[in-house]
Amino acid sequence: MLELIKQPWPWYVAGPLIGLTVPILLIIGNKAFGISSSLKHICASCLPVKSSYFQYNWKEEIWNIFFVFGIFLGGIISVTFLSNPAPIDLNPKLVSELESYNITNINNMVPMQIFNWETLFSLKGFILLVVGGFLVGFGTRYAEGCTSGHTIMGLSTLQWPSLVASICFMVGGIIMANFILPLILSL
Amino acid sequence: MSSNKSISWTDNIKYVIVGILFGIVFVKAEIISWYRIQEMFRFQAFHMYGVIGSAVVVGMISVWLIKKFNIKTIEGEEITFKTKPFSKGQVYGGLCFGFGWALTGACPGPLYALIGTGASVIIVTLISAVIGTMAYGILKDKLPH
Repeated sequence: MLELIKQPWPWYVAGPLIGLTVPILLIIGNKAFGISSSLKHICASCLPVKSSYFQYNWKEEIWNIFFVFGIFLGGIISVTFLSNPAPIDLNPKLVSELESYNITNINNMVPMQIFNWETLFSLKGFILLVVGGFLVGFGTRYAEGCTSGHTIMGLSTLQWPSLVASICFMVGGIIMANFILPLILSL
Repeated sequence: MSSNKSISWTDNIKYVIVGILFGIVFVKAEIISWYRIQEMFRFQAFHMYGVIGSAVVVGMISVWLIKKFNIKTIEGEEITFKTKPFSKGQVYGGLCFGFGWALTGACPGPLYALIGTGASVIIVTLISAVIGTMAYGILKDKLPH
């Protein structure tokens, strides 16, 4: 059984489990599934920002911080007890494209050859890790949600603005991955 | 609003548990993998579409069942659904997030899980995302909505 769990999980196992998070959070505490709002609560609780956007009682939303702390623990548990040493099974087209940018080690969840502390201080690393992170935080708050809040929770409750947001997430990602990222990875 | 209400660890431990299970799914299904996100945006694999698509279907059916049978929370409370009104932010912000998602290979949830798996430099990405959130809070009134 443990051996089976250690294998990469197929989409038809993972997807329904993620979908079940929606009713679980509703039933255990009347909470709407969403993750990017945790970034807002971190700002409101830790940073001395005067903006009215952060003037609310973040303690009422503290469950969200406990939830993302759990996700962090889930990462530790998976890598400690459930890790699978086999390399990721990728589309050969992507493997050869990445090789052209000198990304040859695909053993981790992120390309360790660029996602490391040394590269962080190069232009390439700065764009990927710092600019990328900024866009994730800025974009998800501007859009009022991320993949969880809009694509999963929003679509589950048939909110058409969430469909608009989800399409824009995909359009932005497709443009970046196919037309801009190749230039950045070639730096 | 009871701003002096203290934070109850026992009330919140259930969310930590759900988070742990959710984080394990993220890692084991390679949803936090930068490579899987690149495959998705290049239409080179079905995996992520299958994950997101089946999650939405299960979520929709669950919400429909909750409404149809008027299912209550474990504490007997009525389950409420908030509507998300449309704003232009869903377009402009959505595109910004899409750019960031393809660069980092992570939406906010995977950022936390990635740090847990030991990709320590992602801490910088998370801090940067918090700064991005702060920037939005400061600029909010000047942006088109």
